[in-house]
Amino acid sequence: MNEPILSIHGLTKRFLGLTAVDNVTFDVKRNEIFALIGPNGAGKTTLFNCVTGLFAPTLGRVVFDGSEITGTRPHRVAKLGIARTFQNIRLFDYMTVIENVLVGEHARMHAKLWDSVFKTPQERREEAHVRERARELLKFVGLEKHAESYARNLPYGQQRRLEIARALATDPKLLLLDEPAAGFTPQEKAELMQLVQRLREQGLTIFMIEHDMKIVMGVSERIVVLDHGEKIAEGTPEVVRRDQRVIEAYLGKSA
Amino acid sequence: MGGGFGPLLSFLATTRGGLDGHLVGALRKARSSVQSSLVTRVIGIALAAVVIIYLSPKVYALGPSYFLRIVAVGVALGAIYALIAIGYTMVYGIVELINFAHGDVFTLGAFISLPLLVTPFWHLTEETGGGWGIVLPLIAVFLIVMLITGLINVGIERVAYRPLRNAPRLAPLITAVGVSFFLEGVMYLWKGAVNLHYPDLLPSNRFVGGTFSAKDVIVIVAAVILVAGLAFFVNQTKLGKAMRATAQDRDAARLMGINIDRTISATFFIGAVLAAAGGITYGLYINSVNNGLGFPIGLVAFTAAVFGGIGNIPGAALGGLIIGLIRATNDGYVDPQWTDVVTFAILILVLTLRPTGLLGMRVPEK
Ligand SMILES: Nc1ncnc2c1ncn2[C@@H]1O[C@H](COP(=O)(O)OP(=O)(O)OP(=O)(O)O)[C@@H](O)[C@H]1O
Ligand SMILES: [Mg+2]
Repeated sequence: MNEPILSIHGLTKRFLGLTAVDNVTFDVKRNEIFALIGPNGAGKTTLFNCVTGLFAPTLGRVVFDGSEITGTRPHRVAKLGIARTFQNIRLFDYMTVIENVLVGEHARMHAKLWDSVFKTPQERREEAHVRERARELLKFVGLEKHAESYARNLPYGQQRRLEIARALATDPKLLLLDEPAAGFTPQEKAELMQLVQRLREQGLTIFMIEHDMKIVMGVSERIVVLDHGEKIAEGTPEVVRRDQRVIEAYLGKSA
Repeated sequence: MGGGFGPLLSFLATTRGGLDGHLVGALRKARSSVQSSLVTRVIGIALAAVVIIYLSPKVYALGPSYFLRIVAVGVALGAIYALIAIGYTMVYGIVELINFAHGDVFTLGAFISLPLLVTPFWHLTEETGGGWGIVLPLIAVFLIVMLITGLINVGIERVAYRPLRNAPRLAPLITAVGVSFFLEGVMYLWKGAVNLHYPDLLPSNRFVGGTFSAKDVIVIVAAVILVAGLAFFVNQTKLGKAMRATAQDRDAARLMGINIDRTISATFFIGAVLAAAGGITYGLYINSVNNGLGFPIGLVAFTAAVFGGIGNIPGAALGGLIIGLIRATNDGYVDPQWTDVVTFAILILVLTLRPTGLLGMRVPEK
């Protein structure tokens, strides 16, 4: 049980000459809150894209929960138990709030197309169960009152929370959050920190990219710092905070 | 090659940069602006006024039963255009490809159905035809042809479009024109470039003083059933939801565990199923088909899809009906020679003045 849930070995991603992620190696332990930080353009989102299968890494390996997932297609990765949110919110705008969550649930359902066309008892039971769970998830993120609104009509903060609910609907073991607090008020940030803690208590592993140092230092147990695609530091918040290279990267000396 | 193909293709060839730059550009821009400007509305109202003033004396002179006849034909043809337009719009919605081969898939449906009308189990010919006896065999023919054509279109997507999914957008567009040529060529080798007689199986009883025929009604009812089935599928089933999700944000959909390859295949399948049904319906209604029929009809259906708001399924159905009515009106009251000019003038007007179309792109269903 102590083997890491996610191991990244020598991960490299190049785009036509630009090396966005450069030979990065680290582990995320089971059930921890782990943060990835670094200046703009450091390669954080690219690393997420490599883990979730949206990009195939140029070099290196990604191992999730004991099995290699390097180059695995995103829908397989999702089914294996990794979910994520996006830096710039990407909801299904023209679906209702609950439909957004249901899309994630449905990919896990067993009923076949046949069942949903003919509404077999199996399908009905499963559908009822899935709706129930979707409502619970909405309640969990505080959106139960907006279940029937269109996603695009929600205010910004609620859209961010809906993205988390939608990600949870796939029943992940590992949740990747890409700058979940961007644009949040202090109040919303506090709520988000609580939400993240609660998810961890329920057994999830949280791996987040975040710029807000108060959140990063406040909730995460370990941190990896990227700069120009390279890992420049790794450790507890106290260690990372005092690291000379990290301070330089953030003050811009390395540029 | 069927009439009209040559000039259309040279149009495509000479404006290929323009097609991608302007057409697709206009369609993309359309996503951000749904409101129609005051200018658009003024031009629209002025155009409508001119048309009404021009047409009303003719409509009056030719009498009400002629008018009803035109409406019946317009709605029936419009229903067929709608069946094709939905496939255009669904494919555009999910892969942003203007599938110029879609019209030929429609013809393919009609072609495949021809040999299936006479089998060891049934004889759907004009001699034996008529009566309720043809209902079940005809439904069987519809289902078989829809299935075969759907599978062929899935194969076409697999071979011709999927390898180009991440290529520049112009590449699959040109490939689609190539597929169109290919399908017309296959049908040419199969049956030659002649007008083929399609058996006149539907009853031609007339009602309301001879204005509506049973044929019109059957065509319209068939289209309504198909569109209702589609609406149910898209809104109520998991695969339908997956298709909507993929159309709205492909990467997010993949990360929700949706296999987009399968979803895109399903979209091509359904598009072809509706087009094939449209092809058989057209054959039964017009009683003549040829291998080059699909391309021009496909362009009309594309116009209908843009008119209704490309990517928007109810929009495509509505657009088909309206374009059918406009074309029938022009055929009946103005001059059939001008009908294509009018149709494509509408395409140009919509693209320049209101690229989101009538209902906007991908509007919410509620
Ligand atoms: N699809 C792509 N094609 C080409 N270059 C890309 C692509 N995606 C990212 N990049 C480049 O890779 C580098 C890293 O980008 P990335 O988005 O991973 O940074 P980031 O650390 O997430 O930054 P931010 O904090 O601004 O979100 C940047 O220089 C970016 O321009
Ligand atoms: Mg980023």
